[in-house]
Amino acid sequence: MAVAASGRTMRKAKIQETITAYLFVAPWIIGFLVFTGGPIIFSFALSFFRWKVINTPRFIGFDHYVAMFTTDELFLHSVGVTFKFVLYSVVLGNLIALSLALLLNQRIRGIGVWRTIFYLPAVVSGVAGSVLWAWMYSGELGIFNNLLLAAGLEPQAWLWDEQLVLGSLVAKSLWNVGVPMVIYMAALQGLPQDLYEAADLDNAGEWTKFLNVTLPLISPVIFFNVVMGIITQIQTFAEPYVMTRGGPANATLFLGLHLYENAFHFLKMGYASAMAWIMFLLIFLLTVIQFGLARRWVYYEGQSS
Amino acid sequence: MTASSTSLRNVLLGNRFRRGLLKSLYIYGALFVYALLFLLPFYWMLNTSLKEPLRVFQIPPDWYPNPVVFRNYLDAWVNERTDIAAAIPVYNYAKNTVIITVNGVIATTFSSALIAYAFARMDFPGKQAMFLGVISTLMIPFTVLMVPQFILWKNLNWLDTFLPLMVPYWFGSAWNVFLLRQFFMTIPLEYDESARIDGATHWTIFSRLIVPLSKPAMGAIGVLAFVYFWNDFLGPLIILSKPQNFTLTMYLANFSVAFVRTTPWHLYMAASLTIISPCLLLFFFSQRAFIQGITITDFKR
Repeated sequence: MAVAASGRTMRKAKIQETITAYLFVAPWIIGFLVFTGGPIIFSFALSFFRWKVINTPRFIGFDHYVAMFTTDELFLHSVGVTFKFVLYSVVLGNLIALSLALLLNQRIRGIGVWRTIFYLPAVVSGVAGSVLWAWMYSGELGIFNNLLLAAGLEPQAWLWDEQLVLGSLVAKSLWNVGVPMVIYMAALQGLPQDLYEAADLDNAGEWTKFLNVTLPLISPVIFFNVVMGIITQIQTFAEPYVMTRGGPANATLFLGLHLYENAFHFLKMGYASAMAWIMFLLIFLLTVIQFGLARRWVYYEGQSS
Repeated sequence: MTASSTSLRNVLLGNRFRRGLLKSLYIYGALFVYALLFLLPFYWMLNTSLKEPLRVFQIPPDWYPNPVVFRNYLDAWVNERTDIAAAIPVYNYAKNTVIITVNGVIATTFSSALIAYAFARMDFPGKQAMFLGVISTLMIPFTVLMVPQFILWKNLNWLDTFLPLMVPYWFGSAWNVFLLRQFFMTIPLEYDESARIDGATHWTIFSRLIVPLSKPAMGAIGVLAFVYFWNDFLGPLIILSKPQNFTLTMYLANFSVAFVRTTPWHLYMAASLTIISPCLLLFFFSQRAFIQGITITDFKR
């Protein structure tokens, strides 16, 4: 009798606990259904319709997906522009972030001041940063061209030369390496010293220690920064919007900008939905590939490779 | 350490000392060059913002403002407004940004903490699946969501209001939920258990125990959220169309870049510097929170 009663109260307590837990996560469930998951599924359906906001949607099957790879020459072009930008900005950005973190890990004076200097650009808004760099890149008045002239070199059309403009945007993105740098700094500080002591006993040089101890130990962090970097850079929008509007000759027409223009200038909501889905697939594929590749080069401690 | 190796060390010490000096010379040299490159844009912004209008268009440009014209700041914000909506007082843009930012910081920190508490501290059916849902939405970029969400706002008649920029953040954001869950997990479970023996409810444990113990993590998420909302551009750009609803970043983007010869760059730079200064100040005064926010993540997962 007593056992049954306590069993009942326990079950009651458990139900109570479940209800409370659902109340705590309710915001996430609602948010997911209404603001993320729901709209994503809805837009998948919409991608099979032609809909220009004012008229009624008309079913057109796979036409949008076909058009993306046939008639819309700018779509694949914008994918190419975006990938090229992501490749350069993520690789170079991580090299700079890691080299800064390594320098700051050398028992130097005034570490707080140095860290502040290198992190500072990361809190500057994309718009303000883009305006500033557009000013620095400007033709005769720009500081870069005046520095080149002072050094006896040819001035460049930083934002007006098709060949150069993407590189100019990559350079701007390298100014914002504060976040990966701080992550690398934290990782380097957490490295176990005994491995370095062992390497010292073997008279290993700095470079050997870096290649054989530091690099394998921080490889999970490099992986994290590369994945995060790709997700961040693939969304680049303010820079081309403010600095170049996608030009010259569409040389900086990023995927995000192309999607924005189709959706909000030409009001092709169905087509933009289809594009968003392809973009989603691309990011998903890229992430899967990276996780697949990671097994070959990322070293996790306490795990026999 | 044996006697022979100590003496060997003494012999080598002079050489090693010299090598150490050379090494630190290289390190400080490299840091100095990097610092110069990172600070140059800030200096150029400040320099331009303080120049006399005519001197802005001087070739080659001056390396320092002479005379120093502080009035540019006043002109940028009050007098010589060149934006498309000059009739709108500039504090209006600032007010809009402040409303969106303050709401965003409070909303995302509070709701994410609530959700993270359930994932870190409670047991319920479907928990694993839901947490997987949180992880999978981490990777969805806004660019993918903007069209479907826009259609939703249109159907709700929320376009050109602040609601789309305020309401969704009360439902947690995946990244903050994930970070706070990781942090809550580090708080010993015994604390909860003794509180439960005393008859505390989950709400009491959350609000009186977990939240106060997680102040650093919540602060970290708060400061990063501040910078995010203050700087957000694409979100407001899609939603807001009436100039009196514009945010500061939209105002800044509307100073046109296309007319390089005629853009009043001294005013543009003064406006830019003013707009970024709250984030710069926040960073100067709460560096630790920023660093902590970025490094909460557990990489060994």
